[in-house]
Amino acid sequence: MSLEEYKGVFIYAQQVDNEVSSIALELLGKARDLANDLDNKQVTAVLIGSEVGGLADTLAEYGADRVILVDDPELKEYRTEPYAHALASVINEFKPEIMLVGATAIGRDLGPRVSARVHTGLTADCTQLDIGDFPLQPVEGQEQKHKQLLMTRPAFGGNTIATIACPNFRPQMATVRPGVMQKRAPQSGAKAEIVNYNPGFTPNNCYVTIDKVVKEVSGVANIQDAKVLVSGGRGVGSPENFKILEELAECFKGGMVSCSRAVVDSGWKPKDMQVGQTGKTVRPHVYFAIGISGAIQHAAGMEESDIIIAINKDENAPIFDIADYGIVGDLNKIVPELTKKIKAGQ
Amino acid sequence: MKIVVCIKQVPDTKGGVKFKPDGTLDRGAMLAIMNPDDKAGLEAALRIKDEDPDNTEVTVVTMGLPKADDILREALAMGADKGLLITDRVLGGADTWATSSTIAGALKNMEYDLIITGRQAIDGDTAQVGPQISEHLNIPVISYAEEIKVDRSAMTVTVKRQFDDRYHMLTAKLPCLVTALSELNEPRYMTPGGIFDAYADADRVQVWGRDKLDVADENIGMAGSPTVIAKASDKVPKGKGEVVTPGSPEEAVDYIVGKLTEKHVI
Repeated sequence: MSLEEYKGVFIYAQQVDNEVSSIALELLGKARDLANDLDNKQVTAVLIGSEVGGLADTLAEYGADRVILVDDPELKEYRTEPYAHALASVINEFKPEIMLVGATAIGRDLGPRVSARVHTGLTADCTQLDIGDFPLQPVEGQEQKHKQLLMTRPAFGGNTIATIACPNFRPQMATVRPGVMQKRAPQSGAKAEIVNYNPGFTPNNCYVTIDKVVKEVSGVANIQDAKVLVSGGRGVGSPENFKILEELAECFKGGMVSCSRAVVDSGWKPKDMQVGQTGKTVRPHVYFAIGISGAIQHAAGMEESDIIIAINKDENAPIFDIADYGIVGDLNKIVPELTKKIKAGQ
Repeated sequence: MKIVVCIKQVPDTKGGVKFKPDGTLDRGAMLAIMNPDDKAGLEAALRIKDEDPDNTEVTVVTMGLPKADDILREALAMGADKGLLITDRVLGGADTWATSSTIAGALKNMEYDLIITGRQAIDGDTAQVGPQISEHLNIPVISYAEEIKVDRSAMTVTVKRQFDDRYHMLTAKLPCLVTALSELNEPRYMTPGGIFDAYADADRVQVWGRDKLDVADENIGMAGSPTVIAKASDKVPKGKGEVVTPGSPEEAVDYIVGKLTEKHVI
């Protein structure tokens, strides 16, 4: 493997039902930043699907210089094998220096399969990506490589954090947690170079059959898009009592209700409202943690919020270690009163 | 039907993570357990075995230190038939790429129709080793299984696979690898007789070193790992903010409204 042949930053532009996933735009934002620190500054989006070429302009507006389009009827619905074949073939043909994939259900299935196929390292669930030296400090007797991708990720349920490099293999591959990287402001009218590429799809033993696709319409908007999250834990006491949280959330533009794992485990709220290590990572402007003790797994999903306000009757709750403003008190009295007061001021 | 379940020994984080006085993680103070997603995978295999016990063999495989024998015995006590411990000094320090090549190197020398792994381990949280094993073996993978059903005559597996806003019912030809979520089931307990039997016959767990594995030297251990740790540290907690104990709900509300106004939220 000649490492110098590998150039440019590529992102996997995930689409589902012919709609660009938010993560693809987040990756483009990060890819732009990384490319600015590299010699080759081209950002390429790899768009895989069936009749999805119309999405290229959106990718251009959010920062793609080039879109490699793999379009084939076999790629209508996500399946591991044809998608892995598509992405691995693009990597072998176009040789990216960096390949970013979202750490979504699709990306965490696709990424490992592709990294094994093209024989390179893959760092999972990254929360920070930088260009820098490896080793970080010069070590005698070891070549220090420059302009390497340094991939930072939490491990051990968020208790430890590791920075990982992939100095001798290309591409340097990472999956990136949704909701962590920032999208760029879209540049309307921007156009990307479109490259059509089809490596050919011949079903083999690794192709699975889709018997059925069932969409679970929860009617809940994505909590990752909320500007203000009013999040409840077991301390809320009952599913009915979430009403007072909903009323508070309604006071804010872009306000939504989310919850902790304990609430989902008790069956009070659906899984897609869960914040934390095994749920979603959120970074709203304001995060209200109400009756949430704040286990480290929960903190891992929300501590990047701009302002964290915690209400809990237990003064020793760990949530107070990460809250900007902590209030020790009875949520049943404080929350309705707060709603009333904010409404009165509007 | 031959089912292989890949399991991993991990430190237990459930009862709270333990720290040393200097703030670093105290791994020694935490119990070593069978990874929860893997245990659900084992339970799924045992349920398939329950349907036709005479014609189903469940083998549990782990790679790790010699003490990982403990989780293999636990699996036997739950109902698995055989265990395999892959252990060798030269395998140490492996990343997910090298780990999956190594385990695939053992599987190439075994018989299997269905391989089940946990989705991810609670220490690394990568969810990579299962799909990577399937790639090294050139068999299909179905990750995030919520239900697993095998059709013994057609030699297929049908899996309910969870995605963000939908699920797929997928059918794959065997051999196939499936990764299991801990939400899949409630794993059974070990039985007293099972515990006795698991330890009575030491030979129910085989131990394989590097020489038994069908894998190239450049694909194992730290040397065979494309990824390298540049830096590892315990997470620095976010600085503590203010904590107040207001005398009344009104006072609490005034405090919050004051802060929201100060920050131009309202």
